[in-house]
Amino acid sequence: MPDGLPTEIDLTRPSAARVYDYFLGGAHNFEIDRQLAEQIARMTPNLAATMRAGREFLRRAVRALLDAGVDQFLDIGSGIPTVGNVHEVAQGANPKARVVYVDIDPVAVAHSRELLAGNDLTTVVHADLREPERILDEARGLLDFGRPVGILLAGVVHFVPDADRPGEILATLRAAAAPGSYLVISHSTFEDQPQEMLDAQRLSARTDTEISLRSRAEITGFFGDWTLLEPGLVHMPLWRPDSPSDVDEHPERFGAFGGVARYDQPAAG
Amino acid sequence: MAAVADSAGDEVSRAGAQGYAAEWARAVRRLGFVPLSAAETERLLLVHTVRLAQALRAEPFSGQPAEDVGRALVEAHLAEPRMLEWSVRALGEEFLDRAVPAGAYPGNARQRIVALQAGLSAGFARALRDRTFSQQERIARSAWQARDEVEQALRDSEARFRAVFTGAAIGIGIAGIDGQIIDVNQSFADMLGYSIEELHGTDVAGLFHVEDAAGMWELYQEMVEGKQDLVRVEKRYHRKDGSMLWTDLAVSLIRHDDGRPRFTVAMIEDITERYALQQRLRFQALHDPLTGLPNRTLFFETLGRIFETAAPGRRLGICFLDLDGFKAINDSLGHDLGDRLLVMIARRLADCVADQGHLVARMGGDEFVILVDGGEGLDDAVAVAEAALAAVSAPVHVGDQQLAVSASVGIVDGPVGGTSASELMKAADTTLYWAKAEGRGRWAVYDPERSARDIARSSLAAGLPAALDRGEFVLRYQPIVSLLEGRMLAVEALVRWQHPELGLLGPDRFIGLAEETGLIVRLGEWVLRQACRDAEEWRRRFPEARLVVSVNLAARQAEDPAIVATVSDALSTSGLPAELLQLELTESAVMGTAGEPLRSLHQLGALGVRLAIDDFGTGYSNLAYLRRLPIHCLKLAGPFVEGIRGDGPEAAADHRDERIVDALVRLAHALELWVTAEAVETGVQAERLRALRCDTGQGRFFGSPMPADRIAARLARAQGGSE
Repeated sequence: MPDGLPTEIDLTRPSAARVYDYFLGGAHNFEIDRQLAEQIARMTPNLAATMRAGREFLRRAVRALLDAGVDQFLDIGSGIPTVGNVHEVAQGANPKARVVYVDIDPVAVAHSRELLAGNDLTTVVHADLREPERILDEARGLLDFGRPVGILLAGVVHFVPDADRPGEILATLRAAAAPGSYLVISHSTFEDQPQEMLDAQRLSARTDTEISLRSRAEITGFFGDWTLLEPGLVHMPLWRPDSPSDVDEHPERFGAFGGVARYDQPAAG
Repeated sequence: MAAVADSAGDEVSRAGAQGYAAEWARAVRRLGFVPLSAAETERLLLVHTVRLAQALRAEPFSGQPAEDVGRALVEAHLAEPRMLEWSVRALGEEFLDRAVPAGAYPGNARQRIVALQAGLSAGFARALRDRTFSQQERIARSAWQARDEVEQALRDSEARFRAVFTGAAIGIGIAGIDGQIIDVNQSFADMLGYSIEELHGTDVAGLFHVEDAAGMWELYQEMVEGKQDLVRVEKRYHRKDGSMLWTDLAVSLIRHDDGRPRFTVAMIEDITERYALQQRLRFQALHDPLTGLPNRTLFFETLGRIFETAAPGRRLGICFLDLDGFKAINDSLGHDLGDRLLVMIARRLADCVADQGHLVARMGGDEFVILVDGGEGLDDAVAVAEAALAAVSAPVHVGDQQLAVSASVGIVDGPVGGTSASELMKAADTTLYWAKAEGRGRWAVYDPERSARDIARSSLAAGLPAALDRGEFVLRYQPIVSLLEGRMLAVEALVRWQHPELGLLGPDRFIGLAEETGLIVRLGEWVLRQACRDAEEWRRRFPEARLVVSVNLAARQAEDPAIVATVSDALSTSGLPAELLQLELTESAVMGTAGEPLRSLHQLGALGVRLAIDDFGTGYSNLAYLRRLPIHCLKLAGPFVEGIRGDGPEAAADHRDERIVDALVRLAHALELWVTAEAVETGVQAERLRALRCDTGQGRFFGSPMPADRIAARLARAQGGSE
């Protein structure tokens, strides 16, 4: 059993992955998860919408990467891939696309394995974002890091507190990628947010994970020297909406920024 | 999609259906999460709109397509109840008017719409129920599978640790906080000689040993209370068979998740052999291999511990014992017999104080020491010393030899507070030396005043050579006067030490030291040469006086083969005629160590030097030799002269002394020797001595020792008087 991962499955505690599933309309959850989800929803009616917005942002971003020719994806913090998950989106567009899912939640991992059984182009890694070298080592079995890779960090970096040096984790992941690779990040922020959002953050402490809200500048820093694609780091619904009508009147109400950056080949000396 | 629209073209209002589907799509996207883009959603719902419109007009009519649509919605993840609500309502309120060409619908269309609403709802509900069942089943299965994996990992881990626990060479025991042993491994049980079952449930307190390290059980208690996490000690156990087990013990505390103490885990390593080896090495390091007695290291450790821990008033005695003449025994009988003698003496010494618990140690060679700890006074230490001397002096049979051995003991006794270990041992050493000096088979008790004198003497002795080099010695001269005519015929050279700190020291303070250290040869030569120089100075200034200088020659000097050359050189260097030099020797010096008169006396005599016997009458002179030797003068020792005091209650004694002096003078004159009386203090004495025909006198009556220039002044006065 890898270090740092849970040695006990405690089904009496809610799981972030299963709460997320509930918000997306799934039934991959238990009473304890639904109770917490309802409680969060009562305090911040926006949150369910935020999660859906995050899912939609991810879908659009993956589409954009597919359009750019990316055919391998490393989805870290994939949770329970219930609906609109990356391999469905990716393999729908390119049947040869490869996806590696990574999650810390052993139930989510077990579920993903069952769901993906028989799909040779996907795999699931049980790991913690805080051990990026191990993630990369495990992913190398399926992904070729000599070619462009799409690294997806949707709604996961905010689970890493500053004490665990998220900047270094991101640097490690970027350093492993070849030119032409993309980095997709969505991340909760306190910018433009009402107090209720900040209160909800405290509630999330009741799962095994606590959220660190960060500024736009901090989140931008996670992309390093990679080139941010238009329209930059924005409130999630504003990132390349399918149609202008999809954009909410208050896109900031979802409380999270999304952005995509590309690793451009450094100019040869 | 276009194909559907085309084939349905005559049944469905194409534009109407598209408008209906677009509104439907906007509604579902507003009401819940849709994992599709807006266009995809719209295309999907257009298909369902067309299916519903076709079902409405189909003959015979069936609600089944609506059920299929309801199921399809759920399978496309459009499963929000509010989406169903919207879909059913729109189907009833708007579908006919918008999606079906006007007038193209049958007369019972209203009933059919209701049937389609029912079918859609049933299909949606059935699919949602199926999906919920399958997702619930899947998440539950996943949860159990994840739990199984974790448990399997734990079981694997448990199996590995169990293997370590079971197979470990070190003993491992686990106990609850209540002290009950929960489990031990085979090694643990084997080390203690019990079976695992016998140890289960027993209390760790049962493993207590009386000699457990101080504080160990307090540490254990603190651990059980959660104040310590690790205790590491050397601990001994009683094995089941009663034998001793020495272990290196480490006890760790295992806590509950919330930090409360839960178990203690003890790990023991059997170090019995290592401990035994250590003990053996320690014994070897602290004991004398020959006699088995404690050695000086152990003795000093013990002494040091007493000084560290004892109350200042506690008395401590040391008997420092050394065999008399052991070297001679060793040399004559061989080291083997010498060693066997030491072994027997050691055993006797140990036996004689064994019941009193005193420590007997061999300090090296034939030196032993007995530590009399906690005695009540000097008497205890003396009793121990006498017991030791008695034990030693009983005849010893070594091989076929019977030896009579004796020893000397230096005793020091006093309260711990007044001294230190090193001072005590130094005092014991000094005292042993005194005992030795007083003769064999004795004990002596330390006397601090005597020791102080010894120390002063030895520091004087140590300073002598440098004093000679720095010219700190000076000469004084005491007149020797003719009893017949009162004229100063000679002076005796007497050496003084002008000590920079102690002032002018008389010869009694340092001549003995100079003789012991051998410095007397150099000092005597200096005296001789200085006296010759002074005498030659007087001779040059007062040639008529013919003043003789009399210089003492110590035994060591007289025996020195170079003495003749030295005297000769002193004369020639100074220019003093030989007949103006007199050398004074004591009777014992004249006889030398070989028991016969020194050969050099004749050679000195041949130089023309006068020879006098100093302190005549106090030694043992061989009159036969006296007759043949080139002696010129006898100096009568002071005690005879002191007896001649004239009147008084001691007149009878006077009379006897006077007759002795008379006899000595007659003897001297018979041998044609001059006689000088020393220590003449009064005119009465001088008059008597003159009457006894003694030739010359020396003493305070004729003048105390004085510097050379005062002798010159006296000569000058005499010359002036005669002129």
